[in-house]
Amino acid sequence: MAEKKVNPFIEPLNKNNPIAMQILGICSALAVTVEMKPAIIMGLSVTIIVALANVVISLIRNTIPNSVRIIVQLVVVAALVTVVSEFLKAFVYDVSVQLSVYIGLIITNCILMGRLEAYAMQNKPWDSFLDGLGNGCGYAIILIIVSFFRELLGSGSLLGCKIIPENWFVDNGGCYMNNGLMMMPSMALILVACVIWVHRSINKDIE
Amino acid sequence: MNFITKMFDKMEPTFSEGGKLSALHSLYDGFKSFMLIPNDTAKSGVHIHDVNDSKRTMIMVVIALVPCMLFGMWNTGAQHFQAIGVEAGFWMQFWFGFLAVLPIVLVSYIVGLGIEFTVAQWKKEEIQEGFLVTGFIIPLIVPVDTPLWMIAIATAFAVIFAKEVFGGTGYNIFNVALVTRAFLFFSYPSKMSGDKVWVRTGDAFGWGGEAIDSFSCATPLGQVATGTQPDVTFFDAFMGFIPGSVGETSALCILIGAAILLCTGVASWKTMLSVFVGGALTAMAFNAWGPADNAAAQLPWFMHLVLGGFAFGAVFMATDPVTSARTETGKWIYGLLIGFMAIVIRVLNPGYAEGMMLAILLMNIFGCLIDWCVVQANINRRMKRAINK
Repeated sequence: MAEKKVNPFIEPLNKNNPIAMQILGICSALAVTVEMKPAIIMGLSVTIIVALANVVISLIRNTIPNSVRIIVQLVVVAALVTVVSEFLKAFVYDVSVQLSVYIGLIITNCILMGRLEAYAMQNKPWDSFLDGLGNGCGYAIILIIVSFFRELLGSGSLLGCKIIPENWFVDNGGCYMNNGLMMMPSMALILVACVIWVHRSINKDIE
Repeated sequence: MNFITKMFDKMEPTFSEGGKLSALHSLYDGFKSFMLIPNDTAKSGVHIHDVNDSKRTMIMVVIALVPCMLFGMWNTGAQHFQAIGVEAGFWMQFWFGFLAVLPIVLVSYIVGLGIEFTVAQWKKEEIQEGFLVTGFIIPLIVPVDTPLWMIAIATAFAVIFAKEVFGGTGYNIFNVALVTRAFLFFSYPSKMSGDKVWVRTGDAFGWGGEAIDSFSCATPLGQVATGTQPDVTFFDAFMGFIPGSVGETSALCILIGAAILLCTGVASWKTMLSVFVGGALTAMAFNAWGPADNAAAQLPWFMHLVLGGFAFGAVFMATDPVTSARTETGKWIYGLLIGFMAIVIRVLNPGYAEGMMLAILLMNIFGCLIDWCVVQANINRRMKRAINK
């Protein structure tokens, strides 16, 4: 089997993107993308956790008894999530409040368990680290694209700075209004669908 | 007619493959089949034939909608001159309403047909007639004060995401006009509800004037949502002399439309009747056993049927042949559930004064499921009969 060696970091960024291709982690992608700042923080947190969890599991992969491997993986992820959650509470408290349960719920994010089961259990630590990093970044890219449009069209701002001039708005005599649907998760789902649409139109070779 | 045929024949080479304007051939095809009878119907084989093609069906619906549109234009003008405190004659009221509504009709058609033509051209398919009705309904179900750019965005959204991505006319799960309204309703709630938007308070092309102070134009259902009984009589509500979306106020004009649809066999009387029956029964139940302090629950059942978009939805939206249930038993279930849901949303959800839009969209999802259950039940019944023998 002379399988072509794929780069574990580049592959999940595009061709095997966790959201656009594997359709994993959609739930949190809908929930945290109302504004860009929490989306970026969420993307970073997931990247760090999945990369480190991959390394840890990969290091001990030969000693984990097969029958309890899910529990071992959960313990590792739970420990990392707790550390990240406490870190966010200490240094960026407002974002941590905004993200509320979704940091804690990273533990149930399918991307994590998926990568641990599918990759870290079979591969060496360095490759696993790259794979985790790639998947986390792939997830973060989609989050940032979706939150860019949601914040721009839903609140008229980017990263908290007002982009659309104040005097365009109806209240100030203009005729523009922010789109309330953009603040709702249903529109995030449609935006994710659009991202997937564009992604598949560009990469015609993936099915 | 001969002249038109000649004109199209002369233009044919320009628009066909290799011609100068071949990029616009779907536009040409569309106008040709709109003006003339298309030549390419099935001529042999075992196809089921009907004298109606989809263009004729669509035109029938548009004709049925015309009374609502004309009355809506007059009512827009009448409400406006009442709001600015000016006496005006019938024609003045009508022309004002005409000028206020016309831009909405134009925007809806230009945006919707533009997208349809583009997609047809891009996918190398023939243009479908589906948007003729949708484009006519959209102006009828929005408040007259809705900004035009919002209508453009909402129409584009609905045509692309509710219709074209599913495969175009005839494949949509949701009623496209209702998706347009739902998009507006959730995106720009301050322009789609409340007591400010239902009557044109500005001018139309420099005509008309500003509303007098202290003028309030809450719809009857809006008043109900704030906990008071509406101050309109059944006669006013039936005739349509009340504020509301352009085409939905007059139950009389809607009934004329319903008669046209039923006589021509375009819409199903089962769906129509069962929506009214479902709504009436639910409202009666709320009248009898509902909470006494809830104004919507205590609103008489016959008022529920003539206020808001109930009648319009029952006649023109619920009967949409694409999105409704298709089996005959399914139509009864589908209609009853729409009537039931619409009244339940009106009464029990204080956030939404009007429940018809959400009720129909909700039942659109279940239309195919109802059909499936009806068909399965039929199969099971006949299977049992066969085995018992």
